Amino acid sequence: MESGVVLTMRNIYKTFPGVKALQNVDFTLKKGEIHALMGENGAGKSTLIKVLTGVDEFEAGEIRIDGKDGAIINRSPQEAQMNGISTVYQEVNLCPNLSVAENLYIGREPRKGGFIDWATMRKKASELLEDLDIQVDVTKAVENYSIAIQQMLAIARAVDMSAKVLILDEPTSSLDDEEVEKLFVLMRRLRNQGVGIIFVTHFLEQVYEVCDRITVLRNGTLVGEYKVEDLPRVQLVAKMMGKDFDDLAALKKEGEDTKVSDEVIIEAKMLGHKGTIRPFNLTVHKGEVIGLTGLLGSGRSELVRAIYGADKADEGELFVKGKKLQINLPIDAMMNGMAYLPENRKEEGIIADLSVRENIIIALQAKRGMFKLLSQKEQEEFTDKYIELLQIKTADRETPVRQLSGGNQQKVILGRWLLTNPDFLILDEPTRGIDIGTKTEIQKLVLELARQGMSVIFISSEVEEMLRTCSRMAVLRDGMKVGELKESELNQSSIMKAIAGGAE
Amino acid sequence: MSKLKKLTQYRLFLPLLCLALVLLVNLITTPDFFAISVRDGMLYGYIIDVINRASELVILAVGMTLMVAASGGTDISVGAVMAVAAAVVCNVLSGGQQSVNEYSNPYLLGILAGIAVAALCGCFNGFLVAKLKIQPMIATLILFTAGRGIAQLITRGQITYVRVDQYKVLGSSIKGLPLPVPFFMAMLVVIICVLILKRTALGLCIESVGINAKSSRLVGLNSSRIIFLTYLFGGILAGIAGLVASSRIYSADANNIGLNMELDAILSVALGGNSLGGGKFSLMGSVIGAYTIQALTTTLYAMHVSSDQVPVYKAIVVVIIVSLQSPQLKKGISKYMPGKKAVSRNEVA
Repeated sequence: MESGVVLTMRNIYKTFPGVKALQNVDFTLKKGEIHALMGENGAGKSTLIKVLTGVDEFEAGEIRIDGKDGAIINRSPQEAQMNGISTVYQEVNLCPNLSVAENLYIGREPRKGGFIDWATMRKKASELLEDLDIQVDVTKAVENYSIAIQQMLAIARAVDMSAKVLILDEPTSSLDDEEVEKLFVLMRRLRNQGVGIIFVTHFLEQVYEVCDRITVLRNGTLVGEYKVEDLPRVQLVAKMMGKDFDDLAALKKEGEDTKVSDEVIIEAKMLGHKGTIRPFNLTVHKGEVIGLTGLLGSGRSELVRAIYGADKADEGELFVKGKKLQINLPIDAMMNGMAYLPENRKEEGIIADLSVRENIIIALQAKRGMFKLLSQKEQEEFTDKYIELLQIKTADRETPVRQLSGGNQQKVILGRWLLTNPDFLILDEPTRGIDIGTKTEIQKLVLELARQGMSVIFISSEVEEMLRTCSRMAVLRDGMKVGELKESELNQSSIMKAIAGGAE
Repeated sequence: MSKLKKLTQYRLFLPLLCLALVLLVNLITTPDFFAISVRDGMLYGYIIDVINRASELVILAVGMTLMVAASGGTDISVGAVMAVAAAVVCNVLSGGQQSVNEYSNPYLLGILAGIAVAALCGCFNGFLVAKLKIQPMIATLILFTAGRGIAQLITRGQITYVRVDQYKVLGSSIKGLPLPVPFFMAMLVVIICVLILKRTALGLCIESVGINAKSSRLVGLNSSRIIFLTYLFGGILAGIAGLVASSRIYSADANNIGLNMELDAILSVALGGNSLGGGKFSLMGSVIGAYTIQALTTTLYAMHVSSDQVPVYKAIVVVIIVSLQSPQLKKGISKYMPGKKAVSRNEVA
């Protein structure tokens, strides 16, 4: 092995039923570098990581790691860890009902006389988290903390395993800017200690802020390996997409001729849910795209959940097309023309073991009632229609949805809701963890739907994305709706000011 | 090779293989196991005995499959509910007497009363599991322990006999039918259930709730109502099974009807290749599982194993069959078989 290199992967092959996930892929990681792994959805990033960490087997190729003679094969994540490879995945993999300390030391609990030494475990956990400036009570169950904190805990656990190779798979997609900054501080510190970090992300700015080198994959093959300073942003995007790319710039213009009618679709009057969102007023017109913005945990998701009945509102009134409604369950909202794409795709969106077809038709089926089964023919027609319309990449319509990549899963859920033909569509972080190409497609689709008269609430952590799609924005802070912005106020700086608050 | 691969990936391949294995043992040890004789237009033989005796188990397995699929937990009260239903039926028909030679109440009334009480038991379980969100095994433990006591209360601690020929029909044979009536009862239950699952979206809803209750709620499914329905249905089926079992012995024996059958029913579901964690299910798999278990029991009797030793041999065979279906073992085997790759269950990219 060359000096200064901590990990090499050579000629890696991997196929899934109907998909060549990796073909002849090489990857090299040096000591003390942050190496971005880039590519669109389905490019093979996650598969490469899974093959490396022993989650999946690979068919051909070899992996070598510094300090071991000969090629290694990791048959399980545990084995990978013993070889010095730790991973923090996109979706947090902690045990929600165990305490923070237990999660940090699970599988390697400090022991005393054969029994777990709880006192030491708690002490070590507190020290570790203090070092990383994460403020939590280590005795509390993990489920009490936000996704952001859970993500940080997962990283803390991986860091504590004193890894030679640390893999961060979309770690920042659920963190707000401040948390991202903290993470970067931590990553740089680890880099200086000689750890090789593989950083998988969709955020271009972050790559240029923190990374040293970039490896680009496309459709399961290697495009190339570049130094960050040698690869300008535009070129990186071009390499990922395999084509020139100016769709994003064109979008805003298309959005401007959207006319908003006076017809009110949704009107919330002092609607609220104790403990998550304080009473708010909100009016949504026909054909309007409203953005909800605010920091993580500001109540963006909670606001729409109260409207949709995902968390039943316990005060206030909701009017749909002027009619007062009592919404107890999501099905009540659906029957009145609402649809809701939730933030947490894995836990609340997909039904993993069911096929693409079943995942698409299930909402319409629920709306029609359990006893009025959609015929096989209808089901197949609907599925094919949305696979084509949304360009869902799947082997066929009976493929279990869990075998699809994240972006395609999101499209399946989008198809599920479009099939119910809603008047009012709620999209909570529809583009989270999704490649730029799909992001643009979804944004275009939202604008197109609005033009056809659908009202949309659009939630995103990326302000640019909302500026491109929304004609009005509501700002939330600390579980409360604090204001609305429109027209000339819709720009980065005024949004930032509104989110931060106090400065007006 | 590709044909063989297609065959082995067929969902019911393993359950069928297990059944074939059990039968194969008989072919070697007890060749007359497969002998079928005809007397008065009726079929007799070990095989017919398996088909007959497995009927209650098949009925229970159908209900158990749905409960497991929707709630990811097992109903361990079905055996006791069988006894309760039998006690109610016999006591309505006997008018409270210990032994009668003619009905005190109409036959239909007795049956309906028994099944209604069983349905009530199912509602009770369903309420605990679906509304109060109690772990299914704990929730059904209540009726598991209390059920036989309730049955004893109904029969006042005695065995209630209904010595009427009509009452025996469901548990015996009638002229003109080559197979015993319980078999047709089981098939009727299976067919009705398959029809319901085919003609409605219930199957899809049950799988969806079992896989991801949170997502299911957000797409408009009423998870708790669906789980409740499966327990109600499971209760009704336990009642029907109790009725058949009671007809066989034309009495209500609160201590013995359905004893330990809940365990065989759970095992049937597992043998059928269904995950006990809920989600996707195969009804036919469970039915095959039920016949496999009964074939095993009958095989052991045919080999002259004494009845108190049967559980030991049964346990050994079950260990073998269940480990045959273990994905870990399959993975292990495929490593030593070049050219054959374990199918990965993980997502692409």
